[in-house]
Amino acid sequence: MCETCGCGDPELMPVEIHESLLGENDRAAGHNREHFTDQGVLAINLMGSPGSGKTAVLEATSKALDGRGRLSALSGDLATDHDADRLQKAGIPSLSITTGSACHLDAQLVHRALHDLEWKESDLLFIENVGNLVCPAIYDLGQAVNVVALAVTEGEDKPLKYPVMFRKADLVLITKVDLLPHLPQVDMKAIEDALSHTMPEPAFIPVSAVTGEGIDRWLEWLEELRRHHGE
Amino acid sequence: MHEYSIVQALIDRVQKEADAHGAEAVHGIRVRIGEISGVEIDLLRSAYELFSEKSVCEGAELEIVPVPARWTCRGCGAPIRAGEILCCPVCSQPARLAEGDEILLERIEMEVA
Repeated sequence: MCETCGCGDPELMPVEIHESLLGENDRAAGHNREHFTDQGVLAINLMGSPGSGKTAVLEATSKALDGRGRLSALSGDLATDHDADRLQKAGIPSLSITTGSACHLDAQLVHRALHDLEWKESDLLFIENVGNLVCPAIYDLGQAVNVVALAVTEGEDKPLKYPVMFRKADLVLITKVDLLPHLPQVDMKAIEDALSHTMPEPAFIPVSAVTGEGIDRWLEWLEELRRHHGE
Repeated sequence: MHEYSIVQALIDRVQKEADAHGAEAVHGIRVRIGEISGVEIDLLRSAYELFSEKSVCEGAELEIVPVPARWTCRGCGAPIRAGEILCCPVCSQPARLAEGDEILLERIEMEVA
């Protein structure tokens, strides 16, 4: 009861909090990041729409590296282990994180999966997120960088429609460029323009997992990152 | 639909604070949601209506303060207008998001004995 005037109203107390509602995830992500740093492993959060070619890019990466780098991967999937199986066949020790109905990976899911994957001996750990251009962007997993796969078939304005995702991208891989001869309506300049409206420092590499085009530039980008990261 | 997990985190956080203060009830909650935080305000509100039932937040009003995205130059601090290329027209430095990506619990109003 209000003791000031005796009016009978309950006493209301305002409490200022000013705390992110993602605090718990962010703390777990910080913990993951410490693990990655301690082991000298570069963790990459690979995001993109379903079917944008995330798994295919990783298969092509493994093929192009041809044993010159040690890779491992976690693969987020709603219902199957297909992606992890494909990566395993491509020579990347992989584990699936089946999220059920959850549309994204979070730092706790990644942390639990790290116990069951031999990742500590690898140079690069790819965390292939659930195919989705919205939710995964919100959750820090402890990664060093965010890479987004955007297929040329998805429409030039995707970056403008999903600014939350593209704003956080350190690199965009414009995938399936081998299809461009069949897609006269797709304007690469329009994709680049859309990226420059959503990424403060637009960085993108056109790639094809089928022909191998651009994969060498992608490997150089990773190598540069590793050098920078090791300093 | 990450809005459900965000509402769950909100209710857990409010419960913790209510316990710490020995609150008898929670009357109001204020959150700040950035325009490019990735959280849809309408979805957040319906998730709150559903999840707050039979929780410490039942009956508590959820005030959502939307925060527009505001970009400024990383170098000279000049504002960069929405919809423009994210690069300063004056000094060519990349833009920095000054605000608009927050998902913040700002304030809880509770009834104490």
